[in-house]
Amino acid sequence: MKSFSYMRARDVTEATRAAQRPGSKVIAGGTNLLDLAKLSIERPSALIDVNRIPGLKEIRRLPDGGVRIGALVTNADLAAHPLIREHYPLLSRAILAGASGQIRNMATTGGNLLQRTRCVQFYDTSDRCNKRAPGSGCGALDGANRMNAIVGGSASCIAVHPSDMAVAMRILDAVVETTDAHGAHRRIPIDDFYVLPDAAPQHETVLTPGEMITGVSLPAPPQGMQSYRKVRDRASYAFALVSVGAIAAVEEGHFTRVRFAFGGIAPKPWRIEAAEAALRGKPRNAQAISTACDIALAGAAGHGDNDFKIALAHRTLIAVLGA
Amino acid sequence: MQGSALAAAVAQTGLVQAAPPDPDAARDALTGSFSIVINSAPHQMTVDTRVTLLDLLRERLMLTGTKKGCDHGQCGACTVLVNGRRVLSCLSLAVMHDGDHVTTVEGLAEGHGPDAKLHPMQAAFLEHDGFQCGYCTPGQICSAVGMLDEWRNGAPSLVTDDLSAHPELSPAELHERMSGNICRCSAYPNIAEAILAVSREGA
Ligand SMILES: Cc1cc2nc3c(=O)[nH]c(=O)nc-3n(C[C@H](O)[C@H](O)[C@H](O)COP(=O)(O)OP(=O)(O)OC[C@H]3O[C@@H](n4cnc5c(N)ncnc54)[C@H](O)[C@@H]3O)c2cc1C
Ligand code: SF4
Ligand code: FES
Ligand code: FES
Repeated sequence: MKSFSYMRARDVTEATRAAQRPGSKVIAGGTNLLDLAKLSIERPSALIDVNRIPGLKEIRRLPDGGVRIGALVTNADLAAHPLIREHYPLLSRAILAGASGQIRNMATTGGNLLQRTRCVQFYDTSDRCNKRAPGSGCGALDGANRMNAIVGGSASCIAVHPSDMAVAMRILDAVVETTDAHGAHRRIPIDDFYVLPDAAPQHETVLTPGEMITGVSLPAPPQGMQSYRKVRDRASYAFALVSVGAIAAVEEGHFTRVRFAFGGIAPKPWRIEAAEAALRGKPRNAQAISTACDIALAGAAGHGDNDFKIALAHRTLIAVLGA
Repeated sequence: MQGSALAAAVAQTGLVQAAPPDPDAARDALTGSFSIVINSAPHQMTVDTRVTLLDLLRERLMLTGTKKGCDHGQCGACTVLVNGRRVLSCLSLAVMHDGDHVTTVEGLAEGHGPDAKLHPMQAAFLEHDGFQCGYCTPGQICSAVGMLDEWRNGAPSLVTDDLSAHPELSPAELHERMSGNICRCSAYPNIAEAILAVSREGA
């Protein structure tokens, strides 16, 4: 690990000002940043510890029936919170499908959203990777790409965003709340928060230097059955090959309202509203669901090792939404 | 070793970076001071900012019960309890633990030496033969202690059907909740027996 200075920030102002300096990084749970720093993939020269900033560990009910989650709420506390279990079981289940008990005790809401890809070549500093070393090429396009994206990627990068929590938050129309080094606040819908790789895969979000996530708010949950299904190489403690989160309301065998999104297949949680609209009023059967999946995956292409994900995404969506 | 040979060897480990202009200022900036309570003993420490909680325990305090398996969050061998919650000491910096109370496998028993009274989880691992080589055991035991607390407090898991209910600790629940601890010897059946036995004692 490269040497870095360390500072315990007392408040958001102090943290964002320090984090704005080149080479500075915020550290929360540390479970992703330290993993990458040990491999010299992240090379911070200064770490700004935000864990002692008061007020960022709260989960509270909003007047509109929604909920606000502080950036430092741990994944374990969020999944177990009575409000979340009762009103947003999709979010509880998605979080519980990720990592392990120990890691969920450390991982934070903000850090989870900002975790980096698990692409094999991103992790292998001897290989090419446009995300890690811009301009060096993409080792995944013509290399091992079982864990990589089938939609949303580009000719420079086909990395997957690995978060399970973010998939649930996308379905729940989460808004990411931030503060920058000048004290300006933003409320960014989660779909706008992530940017697709295009020609610059090193840019993953719209955050500006020093800008910190202070919390995430969720509107009141829509009606319908909430579910999350994760398909992976072992039953627990593994990243998704494909995951599906959904909220579906069915009346007399027909979908009245549906939301769904995929994890494990794209550089961000993959939700296509037009695909949901295509299911409204349709009978709850495999054919209708598969047609909607085709819309969600328009333009999808495998890269060799990950070809199976297209069929797997269809089957997983049918398993989740079907009768 | 000759000075230059030593420098070359150290350089190859990557532990020493290019010398900054003002060595004293740099040293101040690149170490961190904190106080920490480990197994009830308070310590005042100043260490390189890069030292993980795991390396602090093993290399500075010689508490080698906690094991380093992967050093990347993938095995659970380094599990300790921080303020009562199970965490991975390999993915945490020592300087982040100012004011924290850490319990390692060395601190679970009551008392020291031959008169020590083992923690019920330690006793159960012995009784049920919950290990082969023993390398994962300190992590398994600390993790199991933290896991039972989570379960008693009503935390759900991925396999909990009804999120509003307090689940029984079925074998499926136990396997899911302990999935962050890998055992290279695959001593899982006896590890699970030991933990289930303690869960039934309700201690
Ligand atoms: C073995 C292993 C298995 C895992 N499996 C899964 C899995 O199956 N599913 C899954 O979803 N995740 C999984 N994870 C990833 C885990 O969920 C993330 O590492 C964790 O959520 C990151 O949160 P953190 O608080 O530790 O972030 P940190 O490591 O502290 O930070 C991550 C990044 O976010 C930045 N950051 C953190 N907080 C803020 C903030 N408030 N404002 C601005 N920037 C911030 C940091 O600068 C850093 O760049 C796994 C991790 C490991 C090690
Ligand atoms: S897919 Fe993206 S992260 Fe993976 S090697 Fe290519 S550029 Fe790097
Ligand atoms: S050594 Fe920490 S998880 Fe393996
Ligand atoms: S007993 Fe050998 S690794 Fe578990």
